[in-house]
Amino acid sequence: MTEQPIDVLIIGAGASGAAMAWSLAETRMRIVCLEQGDMMKPANYPSAGRDWEARSQAEFSISPNQRQLPVDYPIAEEGSPIKVANFNGVGGGTVLYAGHFPRFHPSDFHVKSLDGVADDWPVDYATLAPHYAENDRMMGVAGLPGDPAYPGDNAKRMPPLPLGKTGEALAKGFNKLNWHWWPSDTAITTEPYDGRDKCINLGACLSGCAQGAKASTDITYWPHAMRAGVELRTRCRVREITVDEDGMATGVIYYDGDGVEHALQAHVVVLACNGVGTPRILLNSKSIAFPDGLANSSGLVGKNLMFHPYASIMGVFDEQLDGYKGPNKCIRSQEFYETDTTRDFVRGYTLEIVRGFGPVSTAISGLQRNKIPWGAGHHRAFRSLFNHVAGMVAICEDLPEEHNRVTLDPDLKDSDGIPAPRINYTLSQNSLKMMEHAIARGSEVLRAAGAHDIFTQAPISYGGWHLMGTARMGTDPARSVVNEWGRSHDVKNLFVIDGSIFVTSAGVNPTRTIQALALYIAEQMKQRLANLFD
Amino acid sequence: MSDQDITGVAATSFTDEETQILKILVDMIIPASDEYSLPGAADAVIFADILATAEARHGPVCAALSALDELARESQDNGFTALDLDQRDGLVVEFRRLHPAAADLLATITVQCYYRDDRVMRALDMETRPPFPAGFTVDQGDWSLLNPVRGRPEFYRKAP
Repeated sequence: MTEQPIDVLIIGAGASGAAMAWSLAETRMRIVCLEQGDMMKPANYPSAGRDWEARSQAEFSISPNQRQLPVDYPIAEEGSPIKVANFNGVGGGTVLYAGHFPRFHPSDFHVKSLDGVADDWPVDYATLAPHYAENDRMMGVAGLPGDPAYPGDNAKRMPPLPLGKTGEALAKGFNKLNWHWWPSDTAITTEPYDGRDKCINLGACLSGCAQGAKASTDITYWPHAMRAGVELRTRCRVREITVDEDGMATGVIYYDGDGVEHALQAHVVVLACNGVGTPRILLNSKSIAFPDGLANSSGLVGKNLMFHPYASIMGVFDEQLDGYKGPNKCIRSQEFYETDTTRDFVRGYTLEIVRGFGPVSTAISGLQRNKIPWGAGHHRAFRSLFNHVAGMVAICEDLPEEHNRVTLDPDLKDSDGIPAPRINYTLSQNSLKMMEHAIARGSEVLRAAGAHDIFTQAPISYGGWHLMGTARMGTDPARSVVNEWGRSHDVKNLFVIDGSIFVTSAGVNPTRTIQALALYIAEQMKQRLANLFD
Repeated sequence: MSDQDITGVAATSFTDEETQILKILVDMIIPASDEYSLPGAADAVIFADILATAEARHGPVCAALSALDELARESQDNGFTALDLDQRDGLVVEFRRLHPAAADLLATITVQCYYRDDRVMRALDMETRPPFPAGFTVDQGDWSLLNPVRGRPEFYRKAP
């Protein structure tokens, strides 16, 4: 039986889908969100068990190809040195993210004008500023105002996460070099907030927060959106967006958890499936009118994939640090964030301090680096590393290149028979030089902080946390997939609101900006309801 | 984990030979330590946890154990369990060189189980409990370290 058409259909219940659903709820339109994963049960998160580290490397792994859960889709990614990280469930990637929550900088929206590379965004920092603030209120942000790396803002923040022993050690290193550092803005509560309790330093942020202190959207936006009338359906995997003879989207075809096919009609369709899932659906939505996939007259759907190449720089300290206790993040440095023409690369990076590791991670890392032997020397070597390793990751700005792309794999399919995405990606010379610079500077600050036995990895191979650029926004239909307020140039009732629409990536975690953009687009839609499709 | 935690672990589907190979190998990865008064990974409680955990990855674990045993038969004309200590030591070095992914899998399962044993956690000054719901205490640290940065002028680039 076919359902009555709904007003707005949102595909994906992660960072952006949740924000959009909540914002549109006040219109009293009938809004349905289809999510291929499940509603999360925080009591089942790994940190509630003694086997928390093992489970974080299995069913809570960041890699869908490692998790291989029924709700996951496979990704052909042998053509990329960086593997995709994601999570399929209500909350999406925010279930497993670290909660590191920086804003973009004003310069990040003007890359072409300032540095002569890539493109400028069709929106700027000032446009997004009120939406950043609204999102901060919904998610709850801890931090400290006054960072000289950013313009001032009026965001209400909870007190920052504790420095701890690790943050203190690294802060001393930065100070010795007279380099910038600042307590990270984090989407982690440090005092009770909106029904959530404060962080109790579980240390397992990356496998879901059982305390509910970390702002995943299943516990921030979704309770509010559902109370306001939005319907959220889980275990619903969209195969394609359907269109009519006028080229307008009519809804979707999806499979439920039992693999039964359904059609759902909608007046407006919103894609919020991340920079891999969104182009996958668009490319799978072929029709006579759109033989190359939906919304793809520019040929740019799936192209310009940006990841953020990450470099890891760790060292061994003589003193005991925080280890497995406390949120993974505490402070960051943006000393090398803005373009410096004396360097051999453009743009820059953020150094995010990593507080430490649990015993299993310590042992596995030590074994893999041959710092912990098999046999009698295991115990002594382990003790020299456990709670003594810390450092940082450099999150490097990735610039768009059309050959870095998401396509459909000709053979690989998910459990419903839907063609899976294929990733082809190469690191640019600019990224390689930037990572090299970050490793050198990161090593310098670690030595200044007293670390020795520094070890590095670049790129972090399983570090494709940020999926951006594959349905970019812009004012020119020949050079972009959606317009300056997220509407497809080709299909006037189709919107994209996830990281796919990023024009450039900046050198910071994208979630806060993804959500601010989603709220901005929702606001634009509400203001244009009378002529939304003109 | 404690004895109580593993009570009721179902019998695994590993053969006796596979179980014996795995037990010898995990003891080579993490032997007992008199110096730190620690059990080895072949300790009865820890090994029961390892077996139960390995069951979830039965196929790859069996393949890894088979690769080790075949290597023993090729180079020593004997199964792994029949080798003496010196022969095993040499063979394991070769196994890690030739089959790094298999060796990593077995080592990973071993450390995952070893470092959640009560005795091991206590020896590392860890509380024998999961992180949630009690959580942990983290020092605030010395926030006066931020004073030099607070005095720094803004250095972000202005939008054009």
